Amino acid sequence: MSKELMKGNEAIGEAAIRAGCKLFFGYPITPSTEIVEYLSKHLPKAGGTVLQGEDEVASINMCYGAATTGARVMTASSSPGFSLKQEGMSYLAAAELPVVVVNVNRTGPGLGGLGPSQADYFQCTKGGGHGGYRQIVLAPSKGQELYDFTMEAFDLADKYRTPVVILSDGFLGQMMEPVELKKRPKADLPAKDWVVGGCKGRAKRKVASYSLTNEIGEVNNLHWEAKFAEMKDSLQRWEAFHAEDAEYLIVGYGTCGRIAKSAVLKARRQGIKVGLIRPITLWPFPEEAFANLDGVKGILTVELNFGQMVEDVKLAVECRTPVYFHNRLGGMLPSENEILRKLGQVFDLAVEV
Amino acid sequence: MMDKILLAGFGGQGVMFIGKILTYAGMLDGREVCWIPSYGPEMRGGTANCSVVISDEEIHSPVIEYADFAIVLNQPSYDKFLPRVKPGGVLVANSSIVSTAGKRDDIEIIAVPAGDMANELGNVSLANMVCLGALLPKLTMVDLASVEKAVSAVVGKKKPELYELNLAAVRKGLGK
Repeated sequence: MSKELMKGNEAIGEAAIRAGCKLFFGYPITPSTEIVEYLSKHLPKAGGTVLQGEDEVASINMCYGAATTGARVMTASSSPGFSLKQEGMSYLAAAELPVVVVNVNRTGPGLGGLGPSQADYFQCTKGGGHGGYRQIVLAPSKGQELYDFTMEAFDLADKYRTPVVILSDGFLGQMMEPVELKKRPKADLPAKDWVVGGCKGRAKRKVASYSLTNEIGEVNNLHWEAKFAEMKDSLQRWEAFHAEDAEYLIVGYGTCGRIAKSAVLKARRQGIKVGLIRPITLWPFPEEAFANLDGVKGILTVELNFGQMVEDVKLAVECRTPVYFHNRLGGMLPSENEILRKLGQVFDLAVEV
Repeated sequence: MMDKILLAGFGGQGVMFIGKILTYAGMLDGREVCWIPSYGPEMRGGTANCSVVISDEEIHSPVIEYADFAIVLNQPSYDKFLPRVKPGGVLVANSSIVSTAGKRDDIEIIAVPAGDMANELGNVSLANMVCLGALLPKLTMVDLASVEKAVSAVVGKKKPELYELNLAAVRKGLGK
């Protein structure tokens, strides 16, 4: 199958169209703007609608309304805009509405800058809005994954009736790589027997998140808790790269994950047994990847933030092996040599860079 | 094999364009490719740069710490990116407006009066393609045939006269 050269953001847009997304509500913000730009041009031709809301708050709530009708719905933003969507995300989780939300992470805090960052990890994985919900978070690391994961996100959203976040970054969004425009895979999805589209001839339905009494509230929360537990058990995904016989493990996702692969290969050429665990689902965090740490002398987590995923790594590792941290900030990226130098430094290894 | 290429110049000199041509050239030859623009508020006016990686194996890190090759179309880009070429690498400079006085003796610097040569073709904005032609023999992952395919894919169908003009500039840079 032939490949198209596209920006990461465009790959997301094309995948959404081919996944059957019919409605996009958003408010443009760099470095995510190419998503709405691409969809504005191509979604109407596929029978869909792109609507620019007056702001991010309106856009996410338009998604809420549209999703209740059973249509496939998406929005996209970048960090400050994603923050504005958090109240809506909490409502989506409570009303159990399938919506795909893209966050092209830029630097922060505050208005920050336009460069790549991973500082929204906590916000995405721990519930950026109120109320203690969980949502699926997928972390692509290249153009093809931006395409594939976006397509899959719609199925996951429908299967579990949940918002799904694609956590990209400015670098992945702007970079052009060849992308194979695969057809939408067949998915075995439950019937949408909950949508509200007019109740003539059937019993009335309601999609709402309010719990009128504490007793009702507890029942609802027990339901959500069970659903989150089921997702945590069944959805953990990661890529293990030269990890089988590794004495030292790097953990990194997205852009850091792919850069770390080059560091792994360079270390291997020097006879140092380094491997990589690249989380693909950030929530649920792939704890299972760390079940067997026999022979692992230490772990180095690499992130573009002050240290966020490293907390989940430590929880998964349960003190069985030391966990170190390396970062770059403010839009800067580590090079493979920099990661290798850090490995040498923390594990007292002779490395050549 | 992997070619890591830095491309830089003023906004409007066609830096992103030759980056795209190189990327398409690699892709159409079945290589792994990656095109990374500098993006952000500095894009309007000032210097523009992008980087391209072309490889016969999967590209993991797309971050170019030190490049194998560079094309610089203006002086600020020369000054900025001269230290970013790895020893043994090649830098092509548009010597019509770039002074290559600040030198390194551990890399090959090809000074091409690309602006003047482009003027001879009747369009100074082809200087980027002249420089691309001058670098072409040094690249390991793409050649003239693949660049021809790429120019055809990017501009050829809509504007056949631009296809000829761009390739004339590439050939002039190649010395053909």
